[in-house]
Amino acid sequence: MSNKSLYGEQIIYLSKHPKNFRPIENAHCMCEGANPLCGDRVTVYVNVGDDGTLEDVAFQGSGCAICMASASMMTTAVKGKKRAEAERLFDEFHRLVKGELDPARDEHRLGKLTMFENVSHYPVRVKCASLPWHALHNALENKGAASTE
Amino acid sequence: MTAQAALATPSSTLDAVALRADFPTLRRMINGHPLVYLDSAATSQKPQVVIDRMSQFYAEEYSTVRRSIHLLSAKATQAYEGARRTVAQLLNAPETRQIVFTKGATEGINLVAHGYGRKFVGEGDEIIISATEHHANIVPWQMLCEEKGAHLRVIPVNDRGELILEAYEKLLTDRTKLVAVGHVSNALGTIHPVEEIIQMAHAQGAPVLVDGAQAAPHMPVDVQALNCDFYVFSGHKACGPTGIGVLYGKAEWLERMNPFLGGGDMIETVTFEKTTYAPIPHKFEAGTPAIAEVIGLGTAIEYLRNIGLEAIAAYEHELLDQATARLASIPGVTIIGTARRKAAIISFTIDGIHPHDIGTLLDQEGVAIRAGHHCAQPVMARYGLPATARASFAFYNLPSEIEALGAAIEKTIAVFAL
Ligand SMILES: Cc1ncc(COP(=O)(O)O)c(C=O)c1O
Repeated sequence: MSNKSLYGEQIIYLSKHPKNFRPIENAHCMCEGANPLCGDRVTVYVNVGDDGTLEDVAFQGSGCAICMASASMMTTAVKGKKRAEAERLFDEFHRLVKGELDPARDEHRLGKLTMFENVSHYPVRVKCASLPWHALHNALENKGAASTE
Repeated sequence: MTAQAALATPSSTLDAVALRADFPTLRRMINGHPLVYLDSAATSQKPQVVIDRMSQFYAEEYSTVRRSIHLLSAKATQAYEGARRTVAQLLNAPETRQIVFTKGATEGINLVAHGYGRKFVGEGDEIIISATEHHANIVPWQMLCEEKGAHLRVIPVNDRGELILEAYEKLLTDRTKLVAVGHVSNALGTIHPVEEIIQMAHAQGAPVLVDGAQAAPHMPVDVQALNCDFYVFSGHKACGPTGIGVLYGKAEWLERMNPFLGGGDMIETVTFEKTTYAPIPHKFEAGTPAIAEVIGLGTAIEYLRNIGLEAIAAYEHELLDQATARLASIPGVTIIGTARRKAAIISFTIDGIHPHDIGTLLDQEGVAIRAGHHCAQPVMARYGLPATARASFAFYNLPSEIEALGAAIEKTIAVFAL
């Protein structure tokens, strides 16, 4: 497989064994995100502490490997972070998958999220990777529903 | 002879290897592999003769049709109306004036929903469609029903993807004002028994529209033998250009229907008090039409007729049988749509792998398929699936490409087997 491959082993592993794949009963915020074109669906649940820390983040749903792995990685990346930090990660992640941020050259705090770098070579798949993040963002804004359309 | 060698032997019905040379796109490399184009149900590739005919028209013959008296316009009108005759021959329409040029199958259906539906469908009336329709043959009828207070009824489908005619019979009543069904399902490949569906509707006095988008390019269609009231298809799925399609209608319906768009070319006389409409088909062709596309479509249909629609159907059926056997031999692959009469369209799923991932991984091997709901969400819902992968074939596909598809699927499964 070429080094521009979309499917690193970690992505495939996480898509089959996602972390934080569960509902949160009585979550402070939640949002269902949907990609109408391909039928991907993820519901993101968040509990936010008094100081604005994302104390627990989890998700449920079904979708392609990119979407599932991205949701899994997102929950681990933002858990324990402040809301503003999570939003900043979303911005960096979004620029990463759109090819506007080069993790080798530009400053960032993406950590392992850079495993999604090659999504930028597959424009039709950008929505798959960013759907969980849109859902998280809308959950924090208390919007209830997110769509990549 | 081994099975592989048998697969590699070109069919006797047509010479696909030779015909491929007519299609420049098929010579492309994709991601380092020769393109294996298995998405003809979405849109077909274009033979050089169609590309050349359209550029020749633009470069040497270009003019408008019907409006001007100079030589070029007269020639353009001749070419344009010649294409209409070619389409009439393809469908065996009794008269050339029964062929209306549209933007595509979608516009043809909307034209009938507007011109027939607005005039002849009222409150409490019913329109029957089937559970396997493309959104193009659902939404216009829903819009009409909403506007008129009419109701949509749906012929159910069995697990194989065949329409249940006993249920259809019960849906037909004196409230039925139209039956609109696909000839071939784009999501499942089922060839529907339109002859029977039409006879049963006519016994109740209801006219029938057949959506032939997936049929007209792949098998002989005889609108007189079918006795359908309307038949639509799209040029771009029939080796022709985009933006052009065909509506065939019985003359007695077309004459009684409301026009679709108002404007130039569709009128006889206009005063501010009253306009009288041009005779059919011009009543339905308002404005400057897609002249180059009509001429290109005419060339595409001549090209298909030269190969022969019988030969195309027979060859594509061989491809279907081979591909079905190849896919069925791969553990974890499930074919969705196993009707006894099928066109060369195979929807499938792979255990544990989302169709979008299948689409991307096959593309890395140069194999172009479609992944998604195929603009037929109710069909997907019927089988409890958000999406499927779909390989669809044309006469320019080769048995070796079926092997490439099979190998790419096996590689996809291996990538995901962690
Ligand atoms: C069965 C069927 N009907 C209608 C259409 C719509 O055709 P078009 O988009 O060319 O108008 C399609 C195309 O996908 C189709 O497969």
